[in-house]
Amino acid sequence: MDWLTEPFRYAFMQHALVATLLVGITFAMLGVHVVQRRMAFVGDALAHTTLPGLVVAHLFGMSLSFGGIAAALVAALLIGWASRRQTVKEDTAIGVVFTGMFALGVLLMSRTRSYRDLTHMLFGNVLGVTTGDLWFISGVTLVVFIVLVLFHKELELTAFDPTHGEVIGLHADLMRFLLLGLLALAVIIGIQTVGVILTNALLITPAATAAFLSDRMPWRMLFGAVLASISSVAGLLFSYAVETSPGAAIVLSCTVAFIVVFAFNSVFRKFRTTASDLVQVDELNAAALPEDISQCN
Amino acid sequence: MSEPRFPYSSGRHADPVIGAPSLLAEDIVVGYPGALTPALRGVNLEIRSGTCTALVGPNGSGKSTLLKAVAGLLPVVSGSIRVYGNCVGACHHRVAYLPQRGEIDWAFPISVERLVLTGRYVHLGWLRMPTIRDKDIASASIERLGLSGLAKQRIGNLSGGQQQRALLARALAQEADLLLLDEPFSAVDASTQDTIYDAMRNLRQQGKTLIVATHDFNRLTGAFDMAVYLKAGKLISQTDASPCFLNLEKEQVWTG
Repeated sequence: MDWLTEPFRYAFMQHALVATLLVGITFAMLGVHVVQRRMAFVGDALAHTTLPGLVVAHLFGMSLSFGGIAAALVAALLIGWASRRQTVKEDTAIGVVFTGMFALGVLLMSRTRSYRDLTHMLFGNVLGVTTGDLWFISGVTLVVFIVLVLFHKELELTAFDPTHGEVIGLHADLMRFLLLGLLALAVIIGIQTVGVILTNALLITPAATAAFLSDRMPWRMLFGAVLASISSVAGLLFSYAVETSPGAAIVLSCTVAFIVVFAFNSVFRKFRTTASDLVQVDELNAAALPEDISQCN
Repeated sequence: MSEPRFPYSSGRHADPVIGAPSLLAEDIVVGYPGALTPALRGVNLEIRSGTCTALVGPNGSGKSTLLKAVAGLLPVVSGSIRVYGNCVGACHHRVAYLPQRGEIDWAFPISVERLVLTGRYVHLGWLRMPTIRDKDIASASIERLGLSGLAKQRIGNLSGGQQQRALLARALAQEADLLLLDEPFSAVDASTQDTIYDAMRNLRQQGKTLIVATHDFNRLTGAFDMAVYLKAGKLISQTDASPCFLNLEKEQVWTG
């Protein structure tokens, strides 16, 4: 068992472990909502748009987290606003905003000639996580967890039936902004661990894997969190053993977990769909449809 | 019925004005955002409490638009809508709206039971979890619409008719006074149609008011008190749902 415990004798590895576990759990919970709402692109966009904020904060010697949050919140509001008006299609708006902001970040950064810091922003620096960072990460995890629990029923309803939400006075836009706000917060802690470019993987991959394992959102969140935790430990150990980038190793572990579950699911699906209740539904399905055509004329 | 501590909409506590009809629409013009011509052009309508009204007319005549405007989903450009004497949105819990099936993401991972339970949310508001009583009300509605065996199923596993019944079960669970049903009979099997008519009869016995957009001319007489004819965004007529009126109107609406 030495290979398992030995790396975590070092304080920086302990910090890295706690950070990746917390980040993994936060992202898995948020990711279930993001995947359900088909917003997979949004996390990527938010992560990329934080770059100018990070760089400006870096240039002026301010807290990187603060700069990142400011930029991500602005981007979240912009995306939410643009998609609400429907003047520009949401994916187009995101594409324009995020590439533009990212380019601005790279431009600003290239003026400073500090490519080591740029690399940390792009690919994360989980081994450099300080105790202060850990407090911040814990805070964000707690906030995301509490908000998702308190507003679960509203987030769920407006995701699959925004119309009913409007009818009872619960505005789907409001819940969407809430989710985008949480994402903006989460993206900041994601950037510290796996960096701007790979943050979206933590958001999407564990949640997408968990979707194969359960039909209920709370379970998906739990499974996603467990998968993310296992991937975090595996990724850290692997990167320690072969001296590679920890962020990339963690993301690849998530990807491997996805592939394994996907393969198992494909093989065993035959058995699952022969469950008697599903057959009964299929028979009813077949009997249901053709009635209407005569009614319409 | 307990009031929510933190209602979704601040204006929901309005009590019905005594003697006011369930619905009073005065010269309303309603359009979809971005459309050039309004979908409803000056409609006047009064629906008395405890009646069951069929909303008929060809596709695009404005049936859905009228229901959506009453449910507060579309803004009224001019004219006014009064629900129990109050403006739209002043009493969300009194108005249930049954959407057309296409408005819902059926691939979403949620059970029939939980879908029906969302009908209770208007009574819960922010931060309140469904109580045992809410769950009992939801299961009673599920049973009334013959879905008990499917309560734990994911909504995506339901047939079209079952989906329609699940949505109606939710509208029942809301315990509203005015129910707006948008095409509840479209693309459903005969047994589902019977179940829905049964549920409607039951609601009427409880003194609820129903407004139902439908294509089904053949069963207007037994099930409805009134028939409202719309065509191209205008109200053609509002008559008793008795056979002699109906034949006359049917001619006028579908050929003229």
